[in-house]
Amino acid sequence: MLGWIDTIIQGVLLGGLYSLYATGLSVIFGIMRLVNLAHGDLIVLGAFLILALTAAGVPLIAAFAIVLPVMFAVGYVLQAAILNRVLGRNILPPLLITFGLSIIIQNGLLEAFSADTRFLNVGSLQGASLPLGGGIAIGVMPLICLAAAIAVIVILNGLFYRTAVGRAFRATSDDVEIAQLMGINNRKIYALTMAIAVAVCAVAAFFLGARANFDPSIGTARLLYAFEAVIIGGLGSLWGTLAGGIVVGLAQTIGAHIDPEWQILSGHIAFLIVLVLRPRGLFPRATD
Amino acid sequence: MNSAKTSAKNSAKNGRVNSRFRVTTATRASTIALALAIPIIVLLIAAPAFASRTLLQELFYVFTMLALAQLWNLLAGSAGLISVGQQAFVGVGAYALFAFTIVAGLDPIIAIVLSGVVAGLVAIPSALIVFRLRGAYFAIGTWVVAEVCRLILAQVKQLGGGTGTSLPPEIVNSIFGLDFVRNLFEVRGPAARDMIAYWLALVLAFATFALVYRLLRSRHGLALSAIGDSEAAAESSGVDVFRTKLFIYVAAAAVTGMIGALIFLQKARISPDAAFSLIDWNAYVIFIVVIGGIGTMEGPIIGVAIFYLLQFYLASLGSWYLIILGGLAILLMLFAPSGVWGVIAHRFDISLFPLRRRLVVGAKNAVKAEE
Repeated sequence: MLGWIDTIIQGVLLGGLYSLYATGLSVIFGIMRLVNLAHGDLIVLGAFLILALTAAGVPLIAAFAIVLPVMFAVGYVLQAAILNRVLGRNILPPLLITFGLSIIIQNGLLEAFSADTRFLNVGSLQGASLPLGGGIAIGVMPLICLAAAIAVIVILNGLFYRTAVGRAFRATSDDVEIAQLMGINNRKIYALTMAIAVAVCAVAAFFLGARANFDPSIGTARLLYAFEAVIIGGLGSLWGTLAGGIVVGLAQTIGAHIDPEWQILSGHIAFLIVLVLRPRGLFPRATD
Repeated sequence: MNSAKTSAKNSAKNGRVNSRFRVTTATRASTIALALAIPIIVLLIAAPAFASRTLLQELFYVFTMLALAQLWNLLAGSAGLISVGQQAFVGVGAYALFAFTIVAGLDPIIAIVLSGVVAGLVAIPSALIVFRLRGAYFAIGTWVVAEVCRLILAQVKQLGGGTGTSLPPEIVNSIFGLDFVRNLFEVRGPAARDMIAYWLALVLAFATFALVYRLLRSRHGLALSAIGDSEAAAESSGVDVFRTKLFIYVAAAAVTGMIGALIFLQKARISPDAAFSLIDWNAYVIFIVVIGGIGTMEGPIIGVAIFYLLQFYLASLGSWYLIILGGLAILLMLFAPSGVWGVIAHRFDISLFPLRRRLVVGAKNAVKAEE
């Protein structure tokens, strides 16, 4: 019984990490109806950038503070210089461009950093835990990660629902042509959207490296977890994405509790079951 | 335009509305292409008599990649079903081959056909799930399905689990016709095996090409391209969108499974990572189609030639090779999304394997044929 309670707590905490992976993807889905196949690799890229800075002697938090705006800029340029050129009804060009980017980032990281597994050294927080009594303890880092996932959603929702630029985001999401008629430059909104999404990747990158090992090849699996969280949660709702992340996290830890080899498979199967039973996700908002 | 109108009027008066119009897909270039194709095919069939073993192995790879590319092109180019999960069916077909030969003891050639059936059967429930997703979401959905297949087959201990297994030599040597080929060309077992694998690849590649070509020129092909353009419009014109998509997805999966089975029969060694490799069985395939020209029959042929040359000269660069391929794909999408053949066809208005229907007005041949 205790084992199960522990498993469920771990699953929810893991869901926090997956929600961070997924939030950027959810924002891009919601506003641009675009899928970024390089999303997972951008997270891994962020982790390696933070790692490279710390290796050069920059303190971890300062390294993160540098990488965050860098990733924001990467996202802005990616959209403004490349993806904005292939806007339109045909989904193949953006899909293949981000697929190509995924392969470039993965192999570029492999050349630059080798296939060795790495982690970000968070010092005394590494392995620190809060005892809950009854032999159950919560890891401090996973808890901070879940808190960060919630904080990111609160900040983004504040941006989207309480500011003028947020109104422009929502208008573009609802109907891009009418938004343009109202004087909104949709290309600029798209560039900002991608910039925000990739900046969230930097946050996800920090916790990816702080919670677990990483190497250049793991990006695609993160993309799939993120995608599953978005679809399970329902398109267009960031809280839904958090719930989706927790569903994937729970499914994986419960699967692993039964048989360690079933961890990843259980997450995928939970996704397929939701897709069969609730094809629009658990908390659908957008109708696309 | 005017003459077309008057001739339509005239023929209507004469009560022979159809005699002056003809819907055709053939062009002069396509007739020449078909005529040229016959000696090329004969040459390829006879190749084992004079080609080196290395050349046969290279051609085997080219033919299997070409067939995979035609199938991906059928899904993405005409029906708008962009899949990044076709490695699911390569892997399922390959594993089915190992199961049929190792566990059930069947002849490898029969096992290839049955493996295609298995891949098609796996495609049915997968389709019912991933068809709930549209466009780009569909793409990632197919990828999840491929991962599920990989993770499940990695659990099967009889087929080597996560590390994989090899085909025992007695199975590899039991392939139908081995002794005949060995005596015919007076070669040793491994060389004869390569020849049989080569012919099988040739047959599969040619059959895939012919099937896709025939299908796209039939009314079902018209329905498919209607779906690719707009599902709603296709549905309202009487196309059963779901059934057409399901049929095409399952058929492509079945043939993909047969090709996967053949590829791993030739490799004689399987592992989950190799059989379900996204790069080998889907990224390269997509690259071949888009660099050649998506939505055309000629595109994958040109694409596989370009891909083979790139692979030949650059594969030794390792990860830089993949970076170059990724970069090329991005540049292509930005500056020439219709691919090499798309540019050529547009520039010279040429079509060797035409899919588009053209209305020929007042064609003498048509009148003659009907009179």
